[in-house]
Amino acid sequence: MSIKGKAYIMGAFEHPLRDAPNHSTPQLHAECAKGALEDAGLTKDDIDGYFCAGDAPGFGGMSMIDYMGLKNVRHMDSTETGGSSYLLHVGHAAQAIAEGKCKVALITLAGRPRQNQGGRFGGFGGGGGLTDGPPENGFENIYGGTTHNTYAMCAARHMYEYGTTSEQLAWIKVAASHHAQWNEHAMLRDVVTVEDVLNSPMIADPLHRLDCCVVSDGGGALIVTSPEIAKSLNRPKVKIIGAGEAPKGPKGGRDLDLTHSGAVWSGPIAFEEAGVKPSDIRYASIYDSFTITVLMQLEDLGFCEKGQGGKFVADGNLISGVGKLPFNTDGGGLCNNHPTNRGGITKVIEAVRQLRGEAHPKVQVPNCDLALAHGTGGSLGTRHGSATVIMEREA
Amino acid sequence: MSDATTQERPATLSRKIPAPAVTIESKPFWDAAKEGRFLIKKCNDCNEAHWYPRALCPFCFSDKTEWVESPGEGVIYTFSVMRRSPTGPYAIGYVTLDEGPAVLTNFVDCTPDQLKIGLRVKVKFQDTEKGPPVPVFSPL
Repeated sequence: MSIKGKAYIMGAFEHPLRDAPNHSTPQLHAECAKGALEDAGLTKDDIDGYFCAGDAPGFGGMSMIDYMGLKNVRHMDSTETGGSSYLLHVGHAAQAIAEGKCKVALITLAGRPRQNQGGRFGGFGGGGGLTDGPPENGFENIYGGTTHNTYAMCAARHMYEYGTTSEQLAWIKVAASHHAQWNEHAMLRDVVTVEDVLNSPMIADPLHRLDCCVVSDGGGALIVTSPEIAKSLNRPKVKIIGAGEAPKGPKGGRDLDLTHSGAVWSGPIAFEEAGVKPSDIRYASIYDSFTITVLMQLEDLGFCEKGQGGKFVADGNLISGVGKLPFNTDGGGLCNNHPTNRGGITKVIEAVRQLRGEAHPKVQVPNCDLALAHGTGGSLGTRHGSATVIMEREA
Repeated sequence: MSDATTQERPATLSRKIPAPAVTIESKPFWDAAKEGRFLIKKCNDCNEAHWYPRALCPFCFSDKTEWVESPGEGVIYTFSVMRRSPTGPYAIGYVTLDEGPAVLTNFVDCTPDQLKIGLRVKVKFQDTEKGPPVPVFSPL
């Protein structure tokens, strides 16, 4: 496969300003995007791929996607190579389009170094002067939002709308602890009960200490190869058969819905590409920064109906050998590890172990031939990126 | 709750809030905040109000957005009381303004058990050190 002839540049816009004292950097990015869209004769709702580099304020593309209200983005790339980033993005956009990952890609660059004294974003303010950081900073960062209380806000709303209970959330930790007891590297190896979770100190209502993941050092790595290389190596073959991604944010505050994550978009994309459905999955690695993260993602990925996650996770349904959907058999972020507060890679690693038949014998899913790994990065309660990967064991 | 039980009541929620990062784009909001006025942005093309305020409408991408004064009233969409805090418990949450958009904020001048999803609240401004006052909400 090649990108040759698979993609076209149909819109281009250069900002007319050379001195922009009255524009913020996000505004410059958005005006460039608007100009390129008008040049192409498209609207922002046509954009399903967003590419930016380090000049875009915020967390990867998350802040700018939210600022611009891009609601149909299904492919993101914030590769940073300095001034060459945007040429590299053209190549990456062509690859994504050639592979059907997106159809309309937006690439932006903007900044105002003439205005920003003291660094690209002019520091973080507080002294009365103007700053130029992520656009949401002044309106959000001042309120003491942490991962704990922003995920807790999602749990509170989920309980309000669907009657989800703390006992049901606790079952997720109980299942993780049943798995962690067999992992000699896990930080928390003691099996806990629902009561243990409910009796642990409240951190941010309604999340208790044992609803939270561990904080750990460590890390992980993966090697992804071509089919030819895979065939030449003496290891079980884990074939990637589907992948999906999506951002989610408050996007202007209208129709804020904190009871679902971006998995409602990334999941179906991955399942469609893989040609399988949730009921086919034998093992699932589900990002578990908090118990509520797991519950919402299970619903969003289609393992149960929306709002039924509480019933689905109760009574050990996630415990390997006991329930219908064995999850996080390494103990997950809730009990094993959460390296550098980003557990995404460990989700893939345990799925690989399961597909290879190399998980601990006490938690190995028999004949595990199809697995899913899913992650949420950022905050479920403000803006986050979701990613789903479906993998198959190849005989 | 009677006055006799005052000593057993949880402390009224409050939180010291740092100065907000002010940008050239958000400066009119913070200038109005110094006068006690709560501004939101409304789009003159699609007529929708949005939050946080932007130069371009996040719904229709028009650049014809306008600052309008809001009474700052709405209902609690969700909230969480942060218990593990060295400076004491505080409440963070979203308020759905009567104009439509949801606003992230802190709740003050109330006890944790007064807070409920759906409760009507109103904006007030709280002073910060070395910065403009910031919007917080309390029960109406």
